[in-house]
Amino acid sequence: MSLRITRRRVLTGGTALGMGLLTGCDGRASDAPIQRLFDFGQFLSLHGQRLLLSAQPLVREYSPADISPDFPPNGTEMPDGEDYFRMATSEFASWRLVIDGLVRNRLSLSLGEFKKLPARTQITMHSCDEGWSAIGQWKGVQLSHVLRMAGLMPQARYLVFHCLDQMDDGEFYYESIDLFDAFHPQTILAYGMNGHDLPVAHGAPLRLRVERQIGYKHAKYIARIEAVEKLERFGLGRGGYWPDRGYQWYAGL
Amino acid sequence: MAANRALDLEAFAAGKTAQAQREVIDRHSVIVRATHWINALCLTLLLMSGLRILAAHPALYWGNYGYYGVPSWISISDTFDDVTAREIGVTRVGDYSFDTTGILGVGYNSDGRPVVRAFPRWMTLGAGLGIARDWHFFLAWAFVINGTVYLLAGFLSGHFRRDLAPSTGELRAQHILRDLLDHLRLRHGRGEAAKRYNVLQKLAYLTVVFVLLPVMVVSGLTMSPAVTAAFPFLFDVFGGRQSARTIHFIAANLLLIFVLVHVIEVLLSGAFNLMRSMITGRYAVGPEEPA
Repeated sequence: MSLRITRRRVLTGGTALGMGLLTGCDGRASDAPIQRLFDFGQFLSLHGQRLLLSAQPLVREYSPADISPDFPPNGTEMPDGEDYFRMATSEFASWRLVIDGLVRNRLSLSLGEFKKLPARTQITMHSCDEGWSAIGQWKGVQLSHVLRMAGLMPQARYLVFHCLDQMDDGEFYYESIDLFDAFHPQTILAYGMNGHDLPVAHGAPLRLRVERQIGYKHAKYIARIEAVEKLERFGLGRGGYWPDRGYQWYAGL
Repeated sequence: MAANRALDLEAFAAGKTAQAQREVIDRHSVIVRATHWINALCLTLLLMSGLRILAAHPALYWGNYGYYGVPSWISISDTFDDVTAREIGVTRVGDYSFDTTGILGVGYNSDGRPVVRAFPRWMTLGAGLGIARDWHFFLAWAFVINGTVYLLAGFLSGHFRRDLAPSTGELRAQHILRDLLDHLRLRHGRGEAAKRYNVLQKLAYLTVVFVLLPVMVVSGLTMSPAVTAAFPFLFDVFGGRQSARTIHFIAANLLLIFVLVHVIEVLLSGAFNLMRSMITGRYAVGPEEPA
């Protein structure tokens, strides 16, 4: 996705607002004129928030007493297919986390090996784009730790999370974040929730916590993390399952 | 705002004495006029896209967390009514539930079939939640940039101090009460009085500009996990993320009430003249006493 905004694009965006209103256009073809306005808004949000977050502050962490009584699962609650079912019923013995792409050492870790890595536990708020929020405790490994083990190559700019859950249209869920979020201390690959193993409904055996972004960025059922330079070749090219379907790639708000 | 532009000399020469007292002034500066209409457009579309976002989870809570299962203070839902054997829309405020079928919760599509949706289609902007969020955040930027221009111009030009700040005399209870009675009796200022805002107008505009609109912006930002990472105290200001969402909704409703009263007042006190003054700047002031 191109976030580079030229003066000409901003100007044509202005007329696009009028056109969009007149035609009632809210289709989401990526080349629709109205999309240029939205891209401009996303550009301001991303760079405005990155400016605010340049010192990499931590999100608020809560005490165990603040954990919400329930935590609604969203999206996939049980991935389809025999493969996942067999994996889940055998305590994910055959599951492996693969880290590849633009890395010096390709990693392939079993759940047992992964759980031996230094852990971080954090109680944070999860905010869904629908408007609801819940508070939960997460235990996992800092993504930065895993990335240092693998050794990122200098060209690597994004991390793509390939997931085991197939959506209704047959596509596998995927998401991506950039290195600014990947190396944040609270960005973890979580295998524990509220003191237990991560439940299937919440993405067992491993999900992403990227605490400064909205819920759909927190990919569940992760099997593979690919370091890449560009996002174009994945899905429809907008960096994630929901971004491909009209949602914002950057979801800090 | 009160600077004399020109006496209607032509009418005076024609001997029309009633019109001779009619005076045309420059009421609004070009910045006030431009930012007013950009603001009106932004707020309309922000409300519509905001309703589409709210429709994704039409329930509001107090505190930090809130989801289906946590008691909400207001919600829109649908339920099957056994008596009439049809799907009905239910709007609940606290312990009181209302059948709002046709408006909220359950509506009808073009062929008359009931369809479950929180708000009528014409009220909302954005076919899906993702597009509504794009509209809302783009418009929020446009609103904030436009509002910043308005605020800077208002302070630098002295517009706020000269035209909006009430005098000590105007703030006396007696004066406010008299102004309130005048409004209720639909008596509007004439002559010199029409050149200035009355005290209720001043207080209403000041509340909107310096309280309601900033509350909208800051409560909206408190829903952003990136903004609260930088400024966690925002949670404490509003009492939690869900409280901020609730206050965002309440402030939006107060703004809507303001706009309704504002439009009604314009219609009752010379719609053509007032609309012209907000478009071209020119505002005609009639004689002191009603003709």
